[in-house]
Amino acid sequence: MKTIPLQQAVDLIPDGATVMIGGFMGVGTPERLMDELVRRGRRNLTVIANDNAVPGVGIGKLISAGAVKKTIASHIGLNPETQKKMLAGELEVELVPQGTLIERIRAGGFGLGGVLTPTGVGTLVENGKQRVEVEGKAYLLEPPLRADFALVQAFFADYIGNLYYALTGRNFNPVIAMAADTVIAEADNIVPVGVIAPDHVITPAPVVDYIVSHA
Amino acid sequence: MNAMDAQTIIARRIAQELRDGMLVNLGIGIPTLVSTFVPPGARVYFQSENGLIGTGAPPAGGMNHPLLTDAGGRPVGALPGACTFDSAMSFGLIRGGHVDMTVLGALQVDAGGRLANWMVPGKMVPGMGGAMDLVCGAKRVVIAMQHTAKGQPKIVKECSLPLTSVRPVDLVVTELAVIGFPGGRATLLETAPGVTVEQVCQATEAELVVSPRISTMVL
Repeated sequence: MKTIPLQQAVDLIPDGATVMIGGFMGVGTPERLMDELVRRGRRNLTVIANDNAVPGVGIGKLISAGAVKKTIASHIGLNPETQKKMLAGELEVELVPQGTLIERIRAGGFGLGGVLTPTGVGTLVENGKQRVEVEGKAYLLEPPLRADFALVQAFFADYIGNLYYALTGRNFNPVIAMAADTVIAEADNIVPVGVIAPDHVITPAPVVDYIVSHA
Repeated sequence: MNAMDAQTIIARRIAQELRDGMLVNLGIGIPTLVSTFVPPGARVYFQSENGLIGTGAPPAGGMNHPLLTDAGGRPVGALPGACTFDSAMSFGLIRGGHVDMTVLGALQVDAGGRLANWMVPGKMVPGMGGAMDLVCGAKRVVIAMQHTAKGQPKIVKECSLPLTSVRPVDLVVTELAVIGFPGGRATLLETAPGVTVEQVCQATEAELVVSPRISTMVL
């Protein structure tokens, strides 16, 4: 793990990259990275995240700035700009049930070839997917998801990159931290090694590539 | 009826389905109101699918925490004994059958209890969020909705909107009636005070079986 200034962190992320972003309605989203991606005018990103937040918050900033070509999310209903751009054909949206989305990411990060879930059987979600019966019950085979980058927001990061999340800021963060080639974490607090007790480390340091240093 | 608005009738009636020790997930809108009417003495665990069991009212006096929110991103409190977790655990709880009851809104419910609540093609495509997983995995699915929308029945013969799940819901509570689906058929179980069976049937497109044990909602 290396610490890295914000600008250099965003230098790593090219136009067209596939990026997983933590957060749920903007709660637990790395906001400084969002702001810097917008400031640098990134384009054609594919964003994999639970939702698109609202304009002006979290991923909503990327949507408003036109940085996103495609989003894979479970819910976009609270961001009218996503709706508008989707209907205008400027933004591709792939909707995935929330429990399926997080399991596809988990499969991608945990070395699995996908998951079998009953969610979506007999609905539009089944279109184009393989149905598999196990012990008489129907499941959909959902493929794994991975990304070039995971942008993670932690509450504590220690000096070697162990991460701890607080309250409902955890959400997708520890799961996406397992599923990307390069993991970049922002933290509310960067603390000495040992402040996060071994039992309280949620994301182990070896999977974290960069911690964004303070400005 | 005048004394109580539609949403309050629905929420109070559904709250009577709550039991001590239940793990319950409430959708946004009318379902959220159900938590206001928990029966006295019952400890009910409310789950927010963004990663919290023990969701409570937001703290008073400017003590909100930006990282303590419900699934709509609004500030909440955490009751003593609350716990937090990531989204894989949250949906493991939901899909894995650990949630005793979910209360959700609906666009349509059909005669067999099948639910449509996540999109109106070409008009409104908010996404399913956690709804498909909840209907698939919760032990009991209760629908909280107004009986009609702009005068049009929401309990229909067959859903014209995309289904949320093929698994039928267990109970529909509106400001007019309580409807169950024993044997896969929409059955009128209770009417709201001052509402007749005929009024309910008129406001319903699906054919309703009238339960021999039909009663009036106690609110």
